[in-house]
Amino acid sequence: MRFQQIDQFAAELKADTRAAVYDGSKKGHEKRTKLLFDEYADPDRLRRIAGEVKQHVVENLDTYLPQVEAKLKANGVIVHWAATAEAANQAVLGIMRARGATKMVKAKTMVSEETELAHFLEKHGMEALETDLGEFIVQIDGDHPSHIVKPIIHKNRREIATSFEENGLGAYNDDPQTITRRARHFLRHKYLEADVGLTGANFVSAESGRLVLVTNEGNSRFCLAATKCHIAMVGIEKIVPRDYDLALFLNLLARSGTAQELTVYTEYISGPKSPTQPDGPEEMHVIFVDNGRTEVLASDCRDILRCIRCGACLNVCPVYRQASGHAYRSVYPGPVGAVLSPLMMGDKFPQKADLPKASSLCGACHEVCPVNIPIPDLLLRLRNRAKEENVPSPGTPPMGAWALLASQPTAWRASLFGGKIINYLPTKLLPIPALRAWEAKRSLPAWRGGEFRKWLKTRKGRANVSPPAPSRAEAKKAD
Amino acid sequence: MPDYTTELAVMRQMMGSRDALVVFAERLALVNGIALTDPAALVARLRENKWLHGYCDPTLWPALAPFFGADFKVETTYDRKRVDDYAFGITRAVGAIAETGTIVLNDATTSRRLGALTPWVHIAVVERARIFSDLPEAVAGLGPDTNVIWVTGPSKTADVEGILIEGVHGPGVQIALVV
Ligand code: SF4
Repeated sequence: MRFQQIDQFAAELKADTRAAVYDGSKKGHEKRTKLLFDEYADPDRLRRIAGEVKQHVVENLDTYLPQVEAKLKANGVIVHWAATAEAANQAVLGIMRARGATKMVKAKTMVSEETELAHFLEKHGMEALETDLGEFIVQIDGDHPSHIVKPIIHKNRREIATSFEENGLGAYNDDPQTITRRARHFLRHKYLEADVGLTGANFVSAESGRLVLVTNEGNSRFCLAATKCHIAMVGIEKIVPRDYDLALFLNLLARSGTAQELTVYTEYISGPKSPTQPDGPEEMHVIFVDNGRTEVLASDCRDILRCIRCGACLNVCPVYRQASGHAYRSVYPGPVGAVLSPLMMGDKFPQKADLPKASSLCGACHEVCPVNIPIPDLLLRLRNRAKEENVPSPGTPPMGAWALLASQPTAWRASLFGGKIINYLPTKLLPIPALRAWEAKRSLPAWRGGEFRKWLKTRKGRANVSPPAPSRAEAKKAD
Repeated sequence: MPDYTTELAVMRQMMGSRDALVVFAERLALVNGIALTDPAALVARLRENKWLHGYCDPTLWPALAPFFGADFKVETTYDRKRVDDYAFGITRAVGAIAETGTIVLNDATTSRRLGALTPWVHIAVVERARIFSDLPEAVAGLGPDTNVIWVTGPSKTADVEGILIEGVHGPGVQIALVV
């Protein structure tokens, strides 16, 4: 693990990318706030209720899951359980092979990103095509999504136009409308040729077994109108108790995610197509995926399982805005990812134990979360866990030496005076890595050891304010 | 589990006591959809934009045919091999939602899923009496159909630099014909 990966990543980010991510996330956040507060007298109350409903589900998953399974089976759906990403992918492959299918069209699902389904299927000789415009662009670029709702927030139109040209989708043209039309034209024939359509689900109602899918582009509709087999990959935490709850969650999800009152398409799917309907799947499978979720459930951070993947906490996060999603080395970036990703690692937790530290704990994520997840609290718990498990923390300066000096007045005085040498050291010889990283981008304030004690002894009145510190560079010049 | 019946009132405050059709049309316009009540106006609009070839639900065609002129080619069967031929598709909706300007489709009333999805223009024929006032009411009225789709305006994306583009994989023009 490299030292302070997120910092480093952010520091080296292309200016273009940073601007795209910063503007995209800021815009999303501002629109959301306006919409929520213009229309609801007390949006906070809705958030809190939604949080309580989802928390109730998380605490009672053991009773809800069998209930959902029974409902789905009664609706004519074939239910599969997958403990791991590998098991989930194998289940999909098994279904495709049993049908003699070779071509899949995929709607956007974060679970399939977790399991890297498209790669897996391609390795096994299947075609698995992403159909969400953003995900399609990510796929032809061999890239990864950097946001859970806006997968290509880090790309600008020129990069997209270039990759369309390289992939035989027409001569270079960076007009967003032309890009969209070309994708429309290319993909519609792909849906019609495909054997299987894969989707996720935003919610599953325990009461009716309805899967709810929320999209804007219409690609999931196309998947379910053109193919004969529907596979839904669903995280086990996606349940809501009743149909009644859906109105509340749909309201909050659309507003928080994309600042819409309602997304363009909200699909309620409770089984294969009706017998009288000529188009659509005759066979429907639901694969419930655990992939580390029960680990999260067993931890003291289970509140994060309430998450409805709206992306609002990413948009508002000052760290995300500067660092972009790829800095988090995980499918889930931003504040939600900083909690979820290390937890889902199970006993490999130390590999991502640095993520919870990439936060200023400003609390903005908690404030916007439509299910009221106390993300800063959870980040602190995870920092604590890393400490308790003695996960090495290369970015943190050693505190032992400081404690030793601070407990002996003579040594302390001497070190305050001797510290002046810092002002004359070249950056690369600075003793603490965090200082070197800081100095690479900014100027450290000059060492002024002892100034405070001097001032405290001689000060006259309470209003005596010490002048601002000169920078190291200025101190050098002055000497 | 929290019981929050009263809080739903908060979500409902915007409806007031206005006529459902008026609110529906207003809300649909906000998401760039079009509500019409006169088949002649629909035909005029199609002609004006040179959308002359389309698919129509066979059970709707007898009532609509008199409004269409000889310059139109309307098929009552849908051929998936000629997906790009259909500029418009006319199918039935099972209802609508005033609060959000949403059209409700389901398997039982949609003659062909593809006919309602692949043409550039989708015209949903909605009965005036079937307009729900808000989301909670529409959720309660989902019924037993295995595939219910709420459609709120034309298909769209903002994936490229956050710029809104309509007509991605679904219709670029969404019309509700209220009868
Ligand atoms: S943690 Fe909350 S704000 Fe963040 S994506 Fe999940 S639901 Fe949205």
